Amino acid sequence: MSNVLVYVLHYEGAFNKNSLGAVSEAAARAAEIGGEAHAVVVGGPDLTDELCRTLGASGATKVFRAQGPEGLAQPVVDVMDRVIAEHGHRYAIFGGGLLGFEIGAGLAARRQAGVTMEVTAVRAQDGQLVAERPILGDSQISVSHYRGELGIIIGRINAFEIRQGGGEAQVVDVAVEYSAFSGQAQMVKRGEQRGADVDIEGADVLVAGGRGLGKAEGFELCEELAGAFGGNAAVAATRAVVDAGWYPYAAQIGQTGKTVAPKLYLAAGISGAIQHKVGMQSSENIVAINKDANAPIFEFADLGIVGDLNKILPKLTEAIRAKKGE
Amino acid sequence: MKICVLVKEVPDAAVEKRINPSTGRMDRSGEKNLNPYDTHAIEAAMQLREGGDLQVDEIVAVTMGPESAVRALQKAVSLGADRSLHLTDEGLAGSDVAATGYALAKVLATESPDLVLLGQQSDDGECYTIGAIVADHLRMPSLTQVIKLEVQDGALLLERQAEYGYDTVRVQLPAVISVGDAINEPRYPSLKAIMGAKKKPLETVSPDAVGIDRALVGADGSRVQCGEFHAPPAKAAGQIIEDEDTNETVAKIVAWLDERKLI
Ligand SMILES: Cc1cc2nc3c(=O)[nH]c(=O)nc-3n(C[C@H](O)[C@H](O)[C@H](O)COP(=O)(O)OP(=O)(O)OC[C@H]3O[C@@H](n4cnc5c(N)ncnc54)[C@H](O)[C@@H]3O)c2cc1C
Ligand SMILES: Nc1ncnc2c1ncn2[C@@H]1O[C@H](COP(=O)(O)O)[C@@H](O)[C@H]1O
Repeated sequence: MSNVLVYVLHYEGAFNKNSLGAVSEAAARAAEIGGEAHAVVVGGPDLTDELCRTLGASGATKVFRAQGPEGLAQPVVDVMDRVIAEHGHRYAIFGGGLLGFEIGAGLAARRQAGVTMEVTAVRAQDGQLVAERPILGDSQISVSHYRGELGIIIGRINAFEIRQGGGEAQVVDVAVEYSAFSGQAQMVKRGEQRGADVDIEGADVLVAGGRGLGKAEGFELCEELAGAFGGNAAVAATRAVVDAGWYPYAAQIGQTGKTVAPKLYLAAGISGAIQHKVGMQSSENIVAINKDANAPIFEFADLGIVGDLNKILPKLTEAIRAKKGE
Repeated sequence: MKICVLVKEVPDAAVEKRINPSTGRMDRSGEKNLNPYDTHAIEAAMQLREGGDLQVDEIVAVTMGPESAVRALQKAVSLGADRSLHLTDEGLAGSDVAATGYALAKVLATESPDLVLLGQQSDDGECYTIGAIVADHLRMPSLTQVIKLEVQDGALLLERQAEYGYDTVRVQLPAVISVGDAINEPRYPSLKAIMGAKKKPLETVSPDAVGIDRALVGADGSRVQCGEFHAPPAKAAGQIIEDEDTNETVAKIVAWLDERKLI
């Protein structure tokens, strides 16, 4: 049997969208190699039978449920290790995000498996699964083939699409004895939202600011430009500036932030790191202002301006106001 | 207590990275440097030592890599490490991320560290996962992408951004922690420290000396075989404007936006 196991992350009673995508991907690929997709969930009483069964719609035929701490990787490694030891899954797929990386890597160590991260496509080939990973700033794609009993695939966020239409999943409780070291990490506070609760997902125009703004006050330039566009425009940010406390977490685009696809995304002082790009690459029009002609963002911008944002943004704001006033 | 810091030599950011078509591995010739993300891990170790909440007796830099990787260790020592370990052997070449993590864990195990620190990512490998692999082999708790590290009653109070916001996690030592670049501003080494780095103890370690099973490392021991490198589907190149006269540049941007009815 060539079954595929998927970890499904949940938070406040809802399953993670990328995890559901991974379940659908696993179901489609497992079918091609003669197997099924099974899910693993770890958490408390909010993981009801009813909720777990809904994973069937995304393609899981079985859901292994363990009682355990949430938001930490190592307890999940303990659970998946146990499930794989008993049921012999050939592949494990993760939908990406931060925990997926940690769990997938920990599981690779535990079970002497191969692991590939940032995977954007999975294919069945001669009864095996192979994974495609973009490397070197997305300029090349490398194909991973697996040896051994287990292959681990960690997807890039938004790589796998949710396909509804499956049936109900059977829920199987697993009792797991957690490793002593798993218990050495304890969640004190989870999911803290820092800064104001702003909405960037509904905006048609996003002016995004990065470390190139120089300081928190630099965001005023972005806010003025967004104001000039008027209507449905908002300001967004990179993780670097959110971590620095310059702008609210709710405005962050990327792997551990929001995924957006506005009509216009305009970046000021953003390098265009992969983890940012995955959250905005579906934008209809991408404009970037960066003083470094080699910044990766120019590889995927529709219009790139090599220059100093401090000079360009104020004049651009003025020009757009003037145009609007016409 | 003893802190081990994992460091890696990577191609200089200014050098274009590529795959060597004949070996199928990353072309590692050309200018090299200490992985910039690792300087944050060394700085975190230094701040723990200077903070005094824990008594840090020793900071040891550890790397696995070819002969040239010695320079990354010397840089780490110039930034504050007391000594360094260099795991090197032809048989390790071509190890995938899981094999690399296994080999590093074997070296670390001989040091019995109370804390292992590493960077959030290597500039070339970009796997973000060595920490989680090393931790599982060492049977230690682990957290990656940490941007705040405090000592509280002998344990670590850590913060990081995860998929639903910021998490605060308490971790009992010994532990393996990867730090994000927002955690600190690494110091520059003094000239004296740079000059003195070559005199600090540097030990070359062979796989056999630390009990590495050779069947589990190197290209042949790796469970993932990478290959079939190819270019992604080409995307239409964007238009680039070099800003010389800002009024002119802005007029061009406005015209571009206007054409697409974005204003
Ligand atoms: C697991 C993981 C998850 C992550 N999740 C996210 C995420 O969700 N979102 C995210 O954004 N990042 C995320 N990151 C971080 C990401 O890798 C980058 O570090 C981050 O996106 C960089 O932010 P930045 O572009 O603001 O800063 P930098 O990379 O420092 O870029 C600043 C840019 O500004 C330019 N600049 C400087 N001054 C000027 C000027 N005067 N005029 C014009 N340009 C100027 C510079 O040339 C540079 O290109 C994650 C990383 C990891 C490892
Ligand atoms: N060969 C190596 N030797 C020592 N440390 C390494 C090596 N490869 C990766 N690391 C460490 O692991 C971190 C994350 O790397 P990666 O998982 O490759 O993105 C780096 O910042 C280093 O601290």
